[in-house]
Amino acid sequence: MPRKEGWDKVTGAARYVDDMALPGMLHGATVRSTIARGKIKQIHFGPGVDWNEYVVVSAKDIPGKNCIALILDDQPCLASEFVNHPEEPILLLAHPDRPKLRKAVEAVSIEYDSLPALHTIEESERQSTIIWGRDNTFKNFLVEKGDVDAIWKKAAHIVEGEYFTGAQEQLYIENNGVIAAFDPKNGVTVWGSLQCPYYVHKALITLFALPEEKVRVVQMETGGAFGGKEEYPSMIAGHAALLAMKSGRPVKIVYDRMEDMAATTKRHPSRTRHRTAVSKDGRILGGEIEFTIDGGAYATLSSVVLSRGTIHAGGAYYWPNVRIRTKAVATNAPPHGAFRGFGAPQSLFAMERHMDRIAQVVGISPVEVRRRNFLKSGQTTTTEQTIKENIDLDRLLKRALELSDYAAKKKRFAEKNKAGTNRKGIGIAAFLHGAGFTGSGERYLNSLVGAEAGADGIVRVLVSSAEFGQGTNTVLCQIAAEALGLPYENVSIAQPDTSVVPNSGPTVASRTAMIVGKLVQSAARGIKETLTKTGLLHEDYSPEQFRAACKEYIATHGALKSYARYEAPPDVFWDDEKYRGEAYAAFAWAVYVAEVTVDLTTYSVTVDDFVALQEVGRVLHPVLAEGQITGGVAQAIGFALYENVVWQDGRMMNNQMTNYIMPASMDLPPIRVFFEENGNVHGAHGAKGIGELPMDGPAPAILNAVEDATGVRFCSIPLLPEDLFEALRPEFNEQAVPSSVRGIA
Amino acid sequence: MNPSSAESAKRGISFIVNGEAKKVLAHPMERLLDVLRNNLGLTGAKEGCGEGECGSCAVLLDDMLVNSCLIPIAQANGASVVTIEGMSAHSLMKPLQESFLECGGAQCGICTPGMILAAAHLLDKKLDPTLADIREGLAGNLCRCTGYMQIFEAVAKAARRRVTQ
Repeated sequence: MPRKEGWDKVTGAARYVDDMALPGMLHGATVRSTIARGKIKQIHFGPGVDWNEYVVVSAKDIPGKNCIALILDDQPCLASEFVNHPEEPILLLAHPDRPKLRKAVEAVSIEYDSLPALHTIEESERQSTIIWGRDNTFKNFLVEKGDVDAIWKKAAHIVEGEYFTGAQEQLYIENNGVIAAFDPKNGVTVWGSLQCPYYVHKALITLFALPEEKVRVVQMETGGAFGGKEEYPSMIAGHAALLAMKSGRPVKIVYDRMEDMAATTKRHPSRTRHRTAVSKDGRILGGEIEFTIDGGAYATLSSVVLSRGTIHAGGAYYWPNVRIRTKAVATNAPPHGAFRGFGAPQSLFAMERHMDRIAQVVGISPVEVRRRNFLKSGQTTTTEQTIKENIDLDRLLKRALELSDYAAKKKRFAEKNKAGTNRKGIGIAAFLHGAGFTGSGERYLNSLVGAEAGADGIVRVLVSSAEFGQGTNTVLCQIAAEALGLPYENVSIAQPDTSVVPNSGPTVASRTAMIVGKLVQSAARGIKETLTKTGLLHEDYSPEQFRAACKEYIATHGALKSYARYEAPPDVFWDDEKYRGEAYAAFAWAVYVAEVTVDLTTYSVTVDDFVALQEVGRVLHPVLAEGQITGGVAQAIGFALYENVVWQDGRMMNNQMTNYIMPASMDLPPIRVFFEENGNVHGAHGAKGIGELPMDGPAPAILNAVEDATGVRFCSIPLLPEDLFEALRPEFNEQAVPSSVRGIA
Repeated sequence: MNPSSAESAKRGISFIVNGEAKKVLAHPMERLLDVLRNNLGLTGAKEGCGEGECGSCAVLLDDMLVNSCLIPIAQANGASVVTIEGMSAHSLMKPLQESFLECGGAQCGICTPGMILAAAHLLDKKLDPTLADIREGLAGNLCRCTGYMQIFEAVAKAARRRVTQ
């Protein structure tokens, strides 16, 4: 089945927001903070610019509440008195001529009284200054299972480790952008590159103090998102809409790459500490896990990212006793935000590196330590969710080892590594990823999906779930077609437009195929039932009979629509207070194997082969599913080995594609993708989430392979050639412990 | 520079775009990308990075694959430019487009016009490219969605299709 919007994409006809222009349209630009934290004293509009030509918007022009409504509403749309991070928006400018904006932005100078700023998790924890709330902490969670304090004396080994992950830029190839229009009668309309039309809708209602029906949000074709267009579009949409209101003309704001990288969200940097009690034969008796993420200057989505990271911190293993303490702390960097995996790649990196450490301490292989600790059906996770699915992680591991020829390679590499200037290694990671919103999240979202049949017999799916490359359009149409027994061509999908489609929830959390897909299935069945109940359609109908029935129904009764609302499965229980219960309706499971070469001349790491084996329920569309895995693995290879955000006083210094390096076509190994299929009761046709899973496993598998190759225990990513150089050069080894191998106590 | 002097700095540029003679009035240092998109309404070439790293603005300039964000329009004077919109008649386009759709070579689609132009440019030079040729031929085009595997597959399939045609 070809991608629904595929033809437009391969011919260049697909319309992204920057491809659109409205009559009389102005261009907008943002004047941003140049310091990390301080009080705004004065704003000067410099000489050499005819300011009469420009529309200028400040916080004073906001008709409603000056915030980006999301969870805590603590982030202003425009800073008015204080700034809390570099690149924080302060003023907005608009002009018909886009090139003239750059000079004008540069001509605005802002005087500040600087205040002390915090730039790392450790600085934030020390609380030498308080930059947010009472204690610089956005959120914390505590998960307790069993009695951890009693296990230490029973342990044969106590294994400790500390692990770090860096910030990562989503680096969608299409930068953030919107066009906004305003008129006093109809209110605000925004067309944009975005993942969650109803997030933007909610934010604009609050910002403009308008009723729901006076805000309309339309998603244009979106050139990649990966979480980077989950919450940030509310900000840029607010800005363009404020300029549109003040100027009375449509306004386009499209960031260039440097602005997008410097000012918008990134993956949360993290630190994880493990202290694990292990039996003589390598079984986990229990342990403590401390997981901390750097949220940047405002709360935004950090609490939710932290939640997912917390629940995934124990990995795919059985913990009889565990205490997981986690927190999201404030620093004076632009807020970190949603990025594929959403906290799980961070805490799972630590877990999967730590498993290899446990294996070493106990004296068993990385394979054996995992085998001895895997979760089994009927056992409970760290949040005491009983695994009801029929899972067999042993079998998954065994197959991944066969597919990667693990045992033979491991032996061969050990022999080869005795000489020469290259070292080869192979590493594994076994992990899980929960699909859908955490805990009671789906209950709160209360998603609604529609389907509408036309007199031409074409059924249109009505959802706010956005296509941004993953295949939403295709998979949802496929599910509807299957439910209706119609050819794929007879189903279409509406452009996400809040004036047309109901709120099917945000396009995040690997929830679209599983949760929204199931609702699409129900809504589509509703159309069929309406037609059969009215006697217009009988079983085993042809598309022609379906068309005739639709035509007749519409002529007699009017519009033929059907809606389906989310119903929580009855056996799902979640306690938000104690963080206990059924965290996710389903988990996807995976074992990944990475083979690397470490070049002792250049100190670079090359991934030579990558096997990605996963169990994701039923694979709805093999080509799209494989594309999700290869794309996720590629991003995660970047996360592990290339993508280094260089910070200085809370500002990204390498905000260009030239010096922030993502994998190109020459950099990647063959990424070999395999699926194990296993039915799942909750999803559409047994599908589970798939989009985020591949982000979790590659980084630890690669670092495990690097350790196999070099014998050096790296605990921090990205792992760059300079880190290897420091660690592998004997003259450096005799000096201080290099920063990149922090955590070796 | 006041607006009237900015206007007077503009020059008439004549070039062939997708087989048609075009004349535009533009500052000599304006980017070819902006002239194509804003003056001529050819929005198939996209701006990803603005510094020649990502290849999403790729076009053919006198049969060379170039990043149009790095080409001052003065350099295109008298040249022939082909964008994705002008490729529809090219014999390689149908096999490439179909292979991209079948193999999953396009996800979000923003790199796709540049990627397909780069692939066509490669297949024009090499009848039967190896995987290494394909990797090298697409090295100037970044894709954040696919991890490239399905793009390699699509290009190889298009090459095979052409051979059997």
